[in-house]
Amino acid sequence: MEGNFIKIGKNLVPAEEYVAEGHSFCTGCGEVLALRLACKALGRNVIIANATGCIEICTSPLPVTSWRVPWIHTLFENTAATASGIEAGLKIMMKKGKMPERDIKCVAIAGDGGTSDIGIQALSGAFERRHNFLYLCFDNEAYMNTGIQRSSATPYGASTTTAPAGKLSIGQTTWKKNLPEIAVAHNIPYVATASPGYPFDLMNKVKKGGEVSGPAYVHILSPCPTGWRSPSNLSVKLGKLAVETAMFPLYEVENGRYKLNVDPPKLKPVEEYLKPQGRFRHLLEGDIKEIQEHVNEEYAKLKAKVACFAA
Amino acid sequence: MSKRVGLEASFAAAEAARMANVDVIAAYPITPQTHIPERLAEMVANGELEAAYIPVESEHSALSACLGSAAVGARTFTATAGQGLELMHEVVYVASSMRYPIVMTVCNRALSAPLSVWGDHSDAMAVRDTGWIQVFCQNNQEAFDMTLWAFRVGEDSRVLLPVMVHFDGFSLSHVTEPVILPEQEEVDRFLPKFQYAFALNPDKPMTHGAFGPPDIYSETKVAQEVALRKSKGVILQGWQEFGDVFGRYYDPVESYKIEGAKLLLLTMGSFSETAKAAIDTKKDSGESVGLINLRLWRPFPFEELRQAVKDAETLVVFDRCISFGGPVGPVCSEVRSALYNEKKRPAVVSFIGGLGGRDVSVKDFEYVIDRGREVAQKGSKELFEMVGIRGQVTGIRG
Repeated sequence: MEGNFIKIGKNLVPAEEYVAEGHSFCTGCGEVLALRLACKALGRNVIIANATGCIEICTSPLPVTSWRVPWIHTLFENTAATASGIEAGLKIMMKKGKMPERDIKCVAIAGDGGTSDIGIQALSGAFERRHNFLYLCFDNEAYMNTGIQRSSATPYGASTTTAPAGKLSIGQTTWKKNLPEIAVAHNIPYVATASPGYPFDLMNKVKKGGEVSGPAYVHILSPCPTGWRSPSNLSVKLGKLAVETAMFPLYEVENGRYKLNVDPPKLKPVEEYLKPQGRFRHLLEGDIKEIQEHVNEEYAKLKAKVACFAA
Repeated sequence: MSKRVGLEASFAAAEAARMANVDVIAAYPITPQTHIPERLAEMVANGELEAAYIPVESEHSALSACLGSAAVGARTFTATAGQGLELMHEVVYVASSMRYPIVMTVCNRALSAPLSVWGDHSDAMAVRDTGWIQVFCQNNQEAFDMTLWAFRVGEDSRVLLPVMVHFDGFSLSHVTEPVILPEQEEVDRFLPKFQYAFALNPDKPMTHGAFGPPDIYSETKVAQEVALRKSKGVILQGWQEFGDVFGRYYDPVESYKIEGAKLLLLTMGSFSETAKAAIDTKKDSGESVGLINLRLWRPFPFEELRQAVKDAETLVVFDRCISFGGPVGPVCSEVRSALYNEKKRPAVVSFIGGLGGRDVSVKDFEYVIDRGREVAQKGSKELFEMVGIRGQVTGIRG
């Protein structure tokens, strides 16, 4: 192990910051918190390919940069493809003796839009080709960088600028696309969900994903005070409540085997997660009940998969 | 000893990439480019070429993967055509703006709709303003030579720009011609190793592709424009060195029998060889004609063009692309613009033909020469004339 560490309880966290201060993320941003933790978990031997989005914009206004690790941004939908080229390029140059053999992890970073909408084709291709890379999806559940437009990862009932709640609409009329399951369907060695509400779990998963040989995918819920219209001091709490209500369960799938990482003896009602957020403010009792039923159903399906591998 | 073999332009380009010892190939199949990635995949599978072959899921990802491999300093190659080049369009801009010296061969193809897999220059013209170095080949030997030369020029530390090598779909890509292949030793003498000073590396972290706020974006674009124009010196040096090693010398503007010619025909790509036959026939019957083959398209060779046409009375430009609603064919438009401020300049007449693989014969070029001379002398109300079109409308008015 290299560098200095901070002791938090029984956990040692690297003191090194790879995303430098001076960035322009919003106050209380859950995404940059998760990003900092992820980078600490990965260390310095990485090359990061970043899709267009909040992280890219908030860390790289020419002529300055927040990145203390090698970093590249090219476009919005092509991050997994760019990562494919980085990974393949490094591997072949090491094989041909054009650069010294060493461990350099290629890490792709994108938001939920860049992953579940416009970037899904490139991501699917990179998974299928078995590139040795880690893909981190920072999911703040809408196009926050362009002004809170809906994505396919926006949860049912949330009000966004392109699926606003109104007299005739509840807001988002579709259920959140299940990206981790789509990743699992590619039979890649490692898939996990994480939340900055559980920082050590998040760091462990990112570290594990970085150590896997082959494609790995970590889907990170990223509470967004600006887009969720929630108080900026509640991001970590919402990151916990999402898990405690099973709106966003924490699990990992290693070589196809499901494991639940946080399994509350009794789930909190989804209302506790929805209420502090302005994007759900318009929901009526019946709507919340519908969401609760959906969450129960999805959680039961997940637990059934976990049970398959319990023995 | 070099050897003379029969090769399609596609196989010639693949041979050039192999002899350049490329590290990464990322490609998606599209007619008429398919024989290039197929042959390279074969070479990798048979151990004739040590490279990573990435069978991507689209052209957008093909060029995106190339960005990644070039960013870590790998010698990078791809190939596409028509719709493929259109699909990767936004990545095409990024490759040049981020100064990655990717080499891409384009087997020129018409654009949909209606769907056409056959040749014209619509795909090339749609990317003429993307900041790549662009050259057009007139035969299969040039397909080999230009592909090899493209690595030498693009990767030069004074250039660092991507290079597009164009050859016509089917009429070159799928036609076998004799090609002289050099010895590996000669190639190694001509083409140095790619040493990229800005490679992404954890030992020296660098940020590639930071975004440009309004107070800096313009400066980045000016720097890019200056770099593309300055690449001309290395382009010429590259062709000189190529000739010194391989014995074949190339110019940005190739002249064929232009001395004293009153009328010049200007063509690009495979048209040029057919047009040469028409020039020969015309010369045999005593006409004062010659041919200009425009090889370098970007950066545009202003000086060489002006020099080549300065004594001519008429310049007939034959395009393989329509600039819908525009002045004339895109090549003609630029040629006219290049000559506009010259005190003495030829009358410039525009023809368009050979769209979507329509054959243009020696006879058609002879017609264009005759008709071009007539238009230059008598004038015309038409902006340009379509060649070899059925129906009444062959002349297009403004």
